[in-house]
Amino acid sequence: MIDLHSLYQDIILDHYRAKHHSGLREPYSVEVSHVNPSCGDELQLRLTRDGDAIVDVSYVAEGCSISQASTSVMSDLVIGDSTEHALGLYDGFLEMLEGRGTVELDEDVYGDAIAFNGVAQFPARVKCAMLGWAALRDAILRTEGEK
Amino acid sequence: MVISVAEHHSNVVPWQMACQRTGATLRWFDVTEDGRFDLAKAHAENLINDHTKVVSITALSNVTGALTPVREIADWAHRFGAVVVCDGSQYVPHYPTSVADLGVDLLAFTGHKMLGPTGIGILWGKYDLLDSLPPFLGGGEMIEVVRMSGSTYARPPHRFEAGTPPIAQAVGLGAAVDYLNAVTEGVFGAGPQGGETLLSGMSAVAAHDEVLTEYGLDKLLSVPDLHLIGPKTPVERGSVFAFTLADIHPHDAMQVLDSMGIAVRGGHHCARPLHERFGIQSSIRVSTYLYTTTAEIDALIDGVMEVRRFFKVGS
Repeated sequence: MIDLHSLYQDIILDHYRAKHHSGLREPYSVEVSHVNPSCGDELQLRLTRDGDAIVDVSYVAEGCSISQASTSVMSDLVIGDSTEHALGLYDGFLEMLEGRGTVELDEDVYGDAIAFNGVAQFPARVKCAMLGWAALRDAILRTEGEK
Repeated sequence: MVISVAEHHSNVVPWQMACQRTGATLRWFDVTEDGRFDLAKAHAENLINDHTKVVSITALSNVTGALTPVREIADWAHRFGAVVVCDGSQYVPHYPTSVADLGVDLLAFTGHKMLGPTGIGILWGKYDLLDSLPPFLGGGEMIEVVRMSGSTYARPPHRFEAGTPPIAQAVGLGAAVDYLNAVTEGVFGAGPQGGETLLSGMSAVAAHDEVLTEYGLDKLLSVPDLHLIGPKTPVERGSVFAFTLADIHPHDAMQVLDSMGIAVRGGHHCARPLHERFGIQSSIRVSTYLYTTTAEIDALIDGVMEVRRFFKVGS
């Protein structure tokens, strides 16, 4: 029997029910749209940066609890920090998700995102958890030349 | 070119590509709120007219389960000289099929939805029509004479079968067809009641489908917060059920059902435009076949109730 509660931890369901930083705000440096073609999940994300600082991340999303909660947690982690820090978090988060349980996130660095440790056991849901992060990374890279 | 908003992407995208190549315009049948082809609206807007060259429609939606009035639409299209193509991927595996009764010019269906292998399907077409079509792939087997100055092509069907065919898949599909033609009522689920004739082959499959359609609709429609997409009565309807459950994302519902050993599909089922038509992004889909039992539908209902509990619907 698969342990559903390792996937759907309370932190995830809490973020899903009350998404942080949700909604599209102005001004913004770039807007990106990402989809998960296999399930149809859609995310429109705006990044506001001031040099290397992430001033704001705002978004509208339609998707499952995993993708919505992951985007919410991501916005908490990156707003107010540097783009370099965010890209580092992206790498670590992806490494954990692709690690099939062999990689654990550091709670001091990742906060609520450690709740996604369980997703690594569900390869089909890795893309869900990465949707917001992939959009953020895209937004950062697109604006790298403009800082 | 005329299709419908209820088509599988495989009956949408190739026509969009053909329109791009030829400059043709794509038009489509809308559906009614319960997912049936909206013929009244189509007639009101003269959807099929002198300009129509091709009408390509599914015989049975892979989302709503609604049976299309193929014959009526084919006759309408033929009055304007259009070619009628039918996607039988959902229909042919579930019903006795007569191309003469359907009245279509071309009928396509796939092996993997009728107990056969993937990577193979069948295109049936009126011979003269096939003979008027150019090859779409060049290579071995499809030629008549090849010279360095140019080649001539084989007659149908070989003209359309360039290269080494999927031999193993063809043998597998043949075995699946033989099995379906020989299956008798009562192998799965209830057999005929005393005194009735024993159905066999596709008639038996269709009869089993009918039982599951009625049973499935009855059970699913009794689940609170479940919104069924498609006809809610077992009339001109097959046994595929797509639905949403409160505001639970289909992927999440699917995950819980999967943990209970219940296989459903969550997503847009390669019918994104139809979901958009109903103002939703995705749905949960249950599809049955000749091996599905009413006890399995009961297990599904238990599973759906567990999904409600897990995501705290109504609490």
